[in-house]
Amino acid sequence: MKPLAISHFSIVNSLGAGSEPVTGALRGRRSGLTACDFETVVLDTYIGQVSGLDQVRIRSDLGAYDCRSNRLAQLGLEADGYTGAVAAARTKYGSERIGVFMGTSTSGILQTELAFRRRDSQTGALPADLRYAETQNSFSLADFVQRYLGLRGPAFVVSSACSSSAKVFGNAARMMAAGVCDAAVVGGVDTLCLTTLYGFNSLGLVSRAPCRPSDVDRDGISIGEGAGFALLEKASEKPDQPAAVVLGVGESCDAYHMSTPHPEGMGAKLAMQRALAAAGLTAGDIDYINLHGTATKSNDASEDKAVFELFGDETPCSSTKGWTGHLLGAAGITEAIISILALQNDLMPGSMHTQDVDPALKCNHLLANRDARVNRVLSNSFGFGGSNCSLILATAG
Amino acid sequence: MRIFVEGVGLLGPGLNGWQASRPVLSGGEPYVATPTVVTASDRLPPAERRRTGIPVKLALAVGYEAFTNAGRDAAATATVFTSSSGDGETLHHICETLASAEREISPTRFHNSVHNAAAGYWSIAARSQEPSTSLCCYDASFAAGLLEAVAQVVVDGIPVALIAYDQPYPEPLHAVRAIGANFGMALLLAPQPTGRTFASLDVTLVPDEARPTCMSDAGLERVRASIPAARSLPMLSALGRSATEVVVLEYVGGNHLRVAVAPYR
Repeated sequence: MKPLAISHFSIVNSLGAGSEPVTGALRGRRSGLTACDFETVVLDTYIGQVSGLDQVRIRSDLGAYDCRSNRLAQLGLEADGYTGAVAAARTKYGSERIGVFMGTSTSGILQTELAFRRRDSQTGALPADLRYAETQNSFSLADFVQRYLGLRGPAFVVSSACSSSAKVFGNAARMMAAGVCDAAVVGGVDTLCLTTLYGFNSLGLVSRAPCRPSDVDRDGISIGEGAGFALLEKASEKPDQPAAVVLGVGESCDAYHMSTPHPEGMGAKLAMQRALAAAGLTAGDIDYINLHGTATKSNDASEDKAVFELFGDETPCSSTKGWTGHLLGAAGITEAIISILALQNDLMPGSMHTQDVDPALKCNHLLANRDARVNRVLSNSFGFGGSNCSLILATAG
Repeated sequence: MRIFVEGVGLLGPGLNGWQASRPVLSGGEPYVATPTVVTASDRLPPAERRRTGIPVKLALAVGYEAFTNAGRDAAATATVFTSSSGDGETLHHICETLASAEREISPTRFHNSVHNAAAGYWSIAARSQEPSTSLCCYDASFAAGLLEAVAQVVVDGIPVALIAYDQPYPEPLHAVRAIGANFGMALLLAPQPTGRTFASLDVTLVPDEARPTCMSDAGLERVRASIPAARSLPMLSALGRSATEVVVLEYVGGNHLRVAVAPYR
């Protein structure tokens, strides 16, 4: 594929609002995970919660979109000067030439969960203040972002569980290559809600402690919330030095099981191979791998097999979910941006909370941060339904 | 973006399969609104089959109809799934459980609640590891899916199956988001003409609003207007009549899609 310039990006999660606090937390090894006190949830687990969402006021012209998901989206759009960067791109390309491709798994489902507690005792009807199109429907996120940024190009939501906001890079690359748009706002948002907390708990996949990716005693995920956005332009038409470039996107399906990854990591391997092929690179060109690394027994084992088969036991790899938790539909964009921070800071973050790497795992799992030149990163995102996506990001020039 | 159509699948109220529906969509036979006939696919292993809801059954039925018509190998073909609301029954049950004192939701229900459940079951049934995406664009979900599928065909030079489906919510969600009936449709699209090609589509995103093409039959127009996936009906009607026709699809952001349909022989 033709390289895409990431000319601007923003990030918000439990580590803070903006790339500065997130980089600081990575360097200082401060996790955002805390004991779960979300809403009325009674579960013995840790979560990565974004502080202050209850106080966010949705921009007044978009009041109908008010919900936790869109508040978090607004925080993300206002972080790192992102909205200003898009405004400049709007002047350059025209509002109808910039696409909006968003990933989310839950969108504003929390709003509907809460509305079900307030059903009319006589009729069973939902409260009149539930705004379905603006908050519950999966598209509400892209709709909100498109309106917030004053854009008029192609837009949709990708909702493929935990690979959603990695896959949007592929959508943007195709739309730009097809000439449907000249630039794209990609990203994703997922917020804490009862469906995912109780749902992952029902599958026995939620850790009682802060998650420990690739640890011998790992016992599941910590769920978090977050938002991330990137502005993509054609690398050939971006005169200034961009933050990073996207060299490759690889997508695949496991075709194995709805909620368990292929035990040999077949689909994961295929996604990584396709990303390398799209970038015209080989495994030896990758300096660091940001793993999907959820800290479930099955994910970390199958991902390790796939990575080992392609990269062997030398390429340093780690999971940053010990910092942020698993951001589900926002995991792809969040870890793409963490990969950019790794490129910009020459920092390979070692997996947090991990004490003893599972001896059954064969890859080079980093536990401590390593300061070393990072030119190219591969970032993995895998989801329910066997949906896999790998991205290759690199320093510009 | 010009691409070639090799196969169609269709299931909707009074629309029981593509071949059976062509005379109705062409106006040759009267449209009779009867409930959508949704049956479980025998392509899934029995254990998986028991777990699937109506959206998955719809997607598999129309998908396989299109593949059979096209004589294509599903294992070797990329897919684009699109739906406004995914599995509405599952969302209802989860929200009901979470609003009760006992919040234990069933693991199967949880993994079926993801928007890409149909894509996941499809990949298992078809044994396909090819790229697959699952989109949502509210009322314009079909238009968004068509745009993505066509861009993928043109840019990557590969065949792509587009599968669009919608299921009505039960009450009380039906009152806040009414979807008319169970509906699914599929299109097999290819970058070059083949022996199975019977039409071409030329799809353009146009940056202004335009009135969408409607169905002339009042009953079919009600189906089109009340189900996001059924916004495909005017295009299917043109395909069914082997007509040369421009179909306008509503999109978002003040845009519309212009779809020039032409028969290919």
